[in-house]
Amino acid sequence: MSDSVVRVRGVDKVFGTGTDKTPALQHIDLEIPKGAFVSLIGPSGCGKSTLLRLIGDLTQPSVGAIDVNGKTAHRARLDRDYGMVFQAPVLFDWRTVQGNVELPLEVSAKDKAVRAARARAMLALVELTGFERRYPWQLSGGMQQRVAIARALSFEPAILLMDEPFGALDEMTRERLNLELLRIWKQTGTTIVFVTHSIPEAVFLSTHVAVMSARPGRILEVIPVDLPQPRNDLTREDERYFGFIKRVRERLRGRDVARPGAAEVAAS
Amino acid sequence: MSKRFAYNAPAVLVFVGVLGLWELAVRAFGIQQFLLPPPSSIAGAFVEHFDELVTVGRNTLTEAVGGLLIGGVAALVVAFAIARWATASRALLPFAIAANSVPIIAFAPIMNNWFGILSPLSKMMVVAVLVFFPIMINTLRGLTLVDQGSLELMRSYAATELAIFTKVRLPNALPYIFTAFKVSATLSLIGAIVAEYFGGSRSALGQFIITEAAFFRFANAWAAIVVASVVSIAFFLIILAIERVAIPWHTSARIADSS
Repeated sequence: MSDSVVRVRGVDKVFGTGTDKTPALQHIDLEIPKGAFVSLIGPSGCGKSTLLRLIGDLTQPSVGAIDVNGKTAHRARLDRDYGMVFQAPVLFDWRTVQGNVELPLEVSAKDKAVRAARARAMLALVELTGFERRYPWQLSGGMQQRVAIARALSFEPAILLMDEPFGALDEMTRERLNLELLRIWKQTGTTIVFVTHSIPEAVFLSTHVAVMSARPGRILEVIPVDLPQPRNDLTREDERYFGFIKRVRERLRGRDVARPGAAEVAAS
Repeated sequence: MSKRFAYNAPAVLVFVGVLGLWELAVRAFGIQQFLLPPPSSIAGAFVEHFDELVTVGRNTLTEAVGGLLIGGVAALVVAFAIARWATASRALLPFAIAANSVPIIAFAPIMNNWFGILSPLSKMMVVAVLVFFPIMINTLRGLTLVDQGSLELMRSYAATELAIFTKVRLPNALPYIFTAFKVSATLSLIGAIVAEYFGGSRSALGQFIITEAAFFRFANAWAAIVVASVVSIAFFLIILAIERVAIPWHTSARIADSS
């Protein structure tokens, strides 16, 4: 598995200390191959967001290790290997759309011409050309989230970490952004780790769905979703698509005996 | 323009109506000049003493602006330090909060003693101390009440503390800072005038009002109060205008645009 972009080994995460100790994650092993689209799905509070934040070095494991591109997660963050998209767009009101997309490039001290060109290219990618000079509050929720995606991609991160990015959007917008995200994924070849609580969304988007148990979160199974690529509206009517949804749902309900420990993503 | 006139017409009517009632009431009930002079007398006093009123108004405004700048800059520096260093916060915040409970005006005679009773600096210092706390605490709030998501985002870019300060905390604090300065504009004029009551140059609003009142020239005192109000409102509006230019993205400006 030398082509793994993310390798999580034996990770536990415990919040709090002493009597307030809450185990959030237990025995997490996960390997994510380059170019994969992996969804983390599980009941509320199962620690899927925590796992994402661990990979992104926004919090540190209590036990175990996380390698990203052959280095520590911490090193990877300092090397700016991550693009993050949260459930809220987290755009800055005082910056235009263009200014928001340029933010990470400014932080990494790219010069002005490069920043402007990259931002325009990324806004074209998310189909927001013509909105460069608008302010975030002048856009709809779906457009704001597209700006957030453009911003996350602007510095060409090796990995895109997305924490329920479409969770606050209506169903129609969500389905359209799902398609857009798949197109962007194909175009950029970025590895994506995607947290969601929607089973259909996870199946539709992913090459692999990692099903997690309730707290303390463990990975019950990583289900490879080998529906044909590229996926489109027809995929949602494919019988095998429903088959995968059923399988994920049953796994979440715990119909199978929970299998603790190693769950390895097969190379796709 | 006519739309704007229609919008403001009710307020103008109320203003004119109140002045009319005041004038009528004074005449009808034969109210003594020293209790309440009619608007016409005040207007007369205003015209008669116009040059002097402009001078005293300008002198008091200078004290207020100077005090606001001194106190404002000090407040910003302390707020930045407290937001940046936890030790600074533990060292300074308790005193800042305690100082806020002190009735600052009580210090006016001391300030007169320290900085010279006739020097505008003594009034500026009263104003500076008066506006320090509201500006400091509001700025601190703006610097620290930052959306957690924004901070995580910056961390994911491996941003330095300086970048987080200049790109997140400071812009986030600007609306708070402007709100504090708007409140303090009014406060600074109150501070300057009250400080003048404790003694100072004859050529300032506080001393002018005291002297005229002492000689029963109440219309002149009222004219000075009108000047004080106009100066205070103008000061507020100037800061408001700077705010509109400096942070056009802020909600307050957005609401103004849509109305």
